[in-house]
Amino acid sequence: MSVSTAQKRPAKRKSAREGASFLAALPWIGPALLLIFTIVVFPAGYMIYNSTRKISQVGTDLKGVGFDNFAKVFADPNLPRILLNTVVWVVVVVTLTVVISLALAQFLNKPFPGRTLVRMAVIVPWAASVVMTTTVFYYAMDPNYGIFNKFLTDIGLLDEGFGFTKNAVPAMAVAIVIAVFVSIPFTTYTILAGLQAIPGETLEAARVDGAGRWRTYISVILPQLRGALAVAVLINIINVFNNLPILKIITGSIPGYSADTLMTYIFKVLQFDRRLDISSALSVVNFAIVLVIVAIYVKTVKPMKEV
Amino acid sequence: MSFLTTEDRASQKTVIWRMIAGLGVAALFLIPYAVMFIGSLKTRSEILSVPPNYMPREGAQWSNYLTMWDTPETPVAYNLISTIVISLCATLLVLLVATPAAYYTARFKFPGKLAFMFLVIVTQMLQPAVLTAGLFKQMLAMDLYDTWLAMILINAAFNLAFAVWIMHSFFASIPKEVEEAAQIDGAGKLRVLFKVSLPLVWPGIVTAVIFTFVACWNEFAASLVILSTAENQPLSVALTKFVGQYSTAWQYVFGVSIVAIVPVIALFMLIEKRLIGGLTAGAVK
Repeated sequence: MSVSTAQKRPAKRKSAREGASFLAALPWIGPALLLIFTIVVFPAGYMIYNSTRKISQVGTDLKGVGFDNFAKVFADPNLPRILLNTVVWVVVVVTLTVVISLALAQFLNKPFPGRTLVRMAVIVPWAASVVMTTTVFYYAMDPNYGIFNKFLTDIGLLDEGFGFTKNAVPAMAVAIVIAVFVSIPFTTYTILAGLQAIPGETLEAARVDGAGRWRTYISVILPQLRGALAVAVLINIINVFNNLPILKIITGSIPGYSADTLMTYIFKVLQFDRRLDISSALSVVNFAIVLVIVAIYVKTVKPMKEV
Repeated sequence: MSFLTTEDRASQKTVIWRMIAGLGVAALFLIPYAVMFIGSLKTRSEILSVPPNYMPREGAQWSNYLTMWDTPETPVAYNLISTIVISLCATLLVLLVATPAAYYTARFKFPGKLAFMFLVIVTQMLQPAVLTAGLFKQMLAMDLYDTWLAMILINAAFNLAFAVWIMHSFFASIPKEVEEAAQIDGAGKLRVLFKVSLPLVWPGIVTAVIFTFVACWNEFAASLVILSTAENQPLSVALTKFVGQYSTAWQYVFGVSIVAIVPVIALFMLIEKRLIGGLTAGAVK
């Protein structure tokens, strides 16, 4: 209700808020600006600076090379496969996460005995570090000493342990499952918070109007969730795009670049080839792509409500 | 608790089905951590035995939970304190900085608002992982290298985005009339924020707090390059010390990971109560 009425009356509000200037806003947004400018700006600038330098493998800055590093990045024969992997990775993980989380949040919003305990169980993958969760999956899926493999052989689904993490395609699938698993808690909780902020009267009104469950969900609940959902999706896109540990642990030992995303590729270039200059250029490209995606997202989905 | 009214009529059968489904959901999310927990009770050799055992054959090694605090690899107790201090302070800082920004941008128009919101989200896109070279240089220059304060500032700065955006969306969903009524009664902006708006956006604040705290709790890349003293390092970095080139003390890795989950769950339990309190307060209005 709040959203629709807010949009219907722009004229009245405009007059009420007239005269607001950037200076008037400063006491409210100033602390955030100060924190961003003191901490984020320098390292970001330094990354861009490094991307235009030639840096030796021991880290000595040799000379400026303009856009040479970028030329090398775009001429890289591995790049198309890596970009494709990145797109598949982000789209599949975010879509699965959002669909499952919407259902789960709806369920966790219904009263039943023990609900608090179930909610707590759902928060555990969030509370545990991604590195540790991934490590446990990796450990359990080992073909020799992995418990998951033993379980599958014991119930007769497998004849012997399967190397889930030894080939690009199954390893990528495992990584996607883990990424969805660790993204669900955060997404579910954000949606749940959105659900709880819906006034009871709104649902009651829909009920009185005789709207069915599905109908109520689509036309009453979803629009109210829009704000929370839009932010959750936005953060998910960025975090999944920039995720390093899951793929690094699960597909890191696979030779070549067939299971790499941009982020893990950046890491490999830095760690194994020791090229800070090339990896900085790749990071700038990575950042530019995320920036464009987010700009398109913000423009079309409009997660930020207009006052 | 008005949000329960439509659900109150759920039949007993429905409630039982929900409990069964709830049990299934809980099991699904806990399985990896059960594997972790059982692993933490095995001996160093049994944990890598081929084929593996579901349960520790040599008896549960509860002593792992005592010995892990005193190992040559890392001072776990200090690491735990470090993680708690850094995460709590950074979360507090984020709340202090993000709340006014979220409130103002949700309520008032001003030139540069879109630019500000975009700048905030840009900080989320820049992960500390790819910025470590610059962060290292910067913290040396600011004379903050190897201090908690450095990690508090870094964690707060890079996790500001979610808090600002999610609280913005919750503030924006409060009907204007609620605040305007208070303003007519003569309350100033700050008073309206604290007395009227904040209680209504509790669920959003809680989500922001958990998100920020968890992100700080598990931060790894920047801590690795900024904190060099073993006692200063957080648990995320300390854990890697157990992973050796030739052998890994998996029982400790798993044990410390289990211990590291507990404070976050405790925070969640604490906050869940406030969450329900906030909701009833909102329902009365």
